[in-house]
Amino acid sequence: MEIKKGIGVSPGVVIGTALVLDSEDLVIPRRQVPPSEVVSELNRFDKATEAAGVAVRHQRDLITGRYGDEIGKIFDFHLGILQDKSLIQQIKKEIETNHSTAEYALSIVMRRYAGRFGQMQDRYLAERVKDIHDIERQVLEKLIGQRTQDLAHLEQDVVVIAHDLLPSQTAALDKKHVKGFATDVGGRTSHTAIVARAMYIPAVVGLGAISGEINGGDQVIIDGNHGLVIINPDEQTLAEHRESEKRHIELERELASLRDLPARTLDGYEVSLQGNIEFPTEVDDALARGATGIGLYRTEFLYLAEEVDPSEEVQFKAYCEALERLNGKPLVIRTVDLGADKYRPTRGVSQESNPFLGNRSIRLCLHDIPMFKRQLRAIMRASAAMERSDLKIMFPMISTLMEWRQAKMILNDVMEELEDQGQPFRRDIAVGMMIEVPSAAIMAHEFAREVNFFSIGTNDLIQYTLAVDRTNERVASLYCPGHPAVLRLLRDTIRAAARNNIGVSVCGEMAGEPLYTLLLLGLGLNTFSMNSPDIPEVKKIIRSTTMEHARQVARRVMGFDSERQVMHYLREETRKIDPDAV
Amino acid sequence: MPTASRQVVVSNERGLHARPAMQFIETANMFKSAVTVEKGGDEPMSVDGKSIMEMITLAAEVGTPLLIRADGPDAEEVVQKLAALFESKFGEEP
Repeated sequence: MEIKKGIGVSPGVVIGTALVLDSEDLVIPRRQVPPSEVVSELNRFDKATEAAGVAVRHQRDLITGRYGDEIGKIFDFHLGILQDKSLIQQIKKEIETNHSTAEYALSIVMRRYAGRFGQMQDRYLAERVKDIHDIERQVLEKLIGQRTQDLAHLEQDVVVIAHDLLPSQTAALDKKHVKGFATDVGGRTSHTAIVARAMYIPAVVGLGAISGEINGGDQVIIDGNHGLVIINPDEQTLAEHRESEKRHIELERELASLRDLPARTLDGYEVSLQGNIEFPTEVDDALARGATGIGLYRTEFLYLAEEVDPSEEVQFKAYCEALERLNGKPLVIRTVDLGADKYRPTRGVSQESNPFLGNRSIRLCLHDIPMFKRQLRAIMRASAAMERSDLKIMFPMISTLMEWRQAKMILNDVMEELEDQGQPFRRDIAVGMMIEVPSAAIMAHEFAREVNFFSIGTNDLIQYTLAVDRTNERVASLYCPGHPAVLRLLRDTIRAAARNNIGVSVCGEMAGEPLYTLLLLGLGLNTFSMNSPDIPEVKKIIRSTTMEHARQVARRVMGFDSERQVMHYLREETRKIDPDAV
Repeated sequence: MPTASRQVVVSNERGLHARPAMQFIETANMFKSAVTVEKGGDEPMSVDGKSIMEMITLAAEVGTPLLIRADGPDAEEVVQKLAALFESKFGEEP
């Protein structure tokens, strides 16, 4: 038996069999296959090369369109490599004669060439090594993408152990059989944490090197309440954990009794508590937890779940499904927020040296207008598809007014197109934006004159304001929602919304953390959107306090100059109301 | 089976780098004949003229003499077309 301490990011206790995933660093999983699998390895290689070719061709057309033929020709060279019969023959021969996996065969043949290129006198030619590595990586990604797909067909219940879960991996997971997560890296706001809470399964992250210590098939306890992972537990430990598993269920039941009660303070001030979802099916869970609507529908999971971008029709159906399940309750669809940590490995996107400051989110959409328009068309059509529906659109990561206006212009184009085609849609749809870049928060007054509502994405806002990568365990402790700089941006944004009479919500993790409920309430926030399991606890606090008290707390907090004071004070005040909450 | 061969010299300044090599293999691949390219000198080698990876391995700088060989029904034609690429300096210089 071995006990590991990490950060519990999704509550609950589970006892299960370990499934260990490869790290995303494109580690080559196996070197050899049994002779019977040689044919299927050859097929995998063909498919991966073909898919990489499609991606390169797509990239070439994109680049040629933007920068002209000269630059585009670089990709012809890449295509030439992918279609090189002599190269392909060598790789296939390696698979056939040595029973190598497609990954391993590709890698050794490409490295042989890289070695030869690297030795050349001609500097220009020696530089082509980079192209070889690039192509190798692209094909490897396709090969590993195929493996990721295998996660969709699990045959038994498992707990998933990984270095870090990629959004593309979690999107592909067979949710029915996954009962818990444990990862080497990550924090409360990492992707693994968010997905685990959305799935209501326990998760522990930040465990160091656990993915190397657990073997597939080991029995593992994941205790999300205490941030513990126990490898191959003894009988006594097992019994204790079965007991705590039961207690967790009882606590859940108690909070469920709050479901149909309003989120109203003792002095009669009511706010709206909404759910965040990634899939339409999660609407039911959110409503069951007492959500009065969905404040954030993260549509990028539609894009991450499949090998190709979803068609207008697929998106239209997903949005309609969410609306149907909501039956008239509000739904805010956030347009696709891809990039940075949310990429499909098979998506033909070149590496950026600083992805969080790069071509992500709305920027990516404004660079790929056909994709953006496809989504907007689907949303607009869904807006008129139901008899009863309350649909809003929101653009993520807006950092300048020009970006906002550009996005709106494209939305207007889409409306005109739909009108010309006689397709019904709601022209008066509310369009809002995320406040998650400090520049947008600082300019909130200017934005508030043009937008219908704000939704504050605290996760990104905090990381951009404090310059902290929340998934880097060496600096993660600097990431703090209670930092006075963050709180001032929050206060000013909420104020700007109030002065211009527009709605404002927080849809980041902070909205679901009971520690910040009093503060956010006191700052005048009227909508909290969170992962639905957090709703009952937040509601309990709101129902146990008064607006007057919340305002006092907020005033006091805004006077502090360090996050330490803020956290300490909030913890004290919250405990007075609800000792179990923090 | 007809065979043909032609001696050429790399005459464009930057040598047989990625783009001319692509032009070369694209042309070679339009024909049925097998194409090989031979380089003499200190490190003699013979490579598949239809493979971009192999052509790059030649590392043929400006001034390098090369022998283009073709075996197949359209050997003469392919050799002629390929030699013409060298004569035109792959369209890179006036």
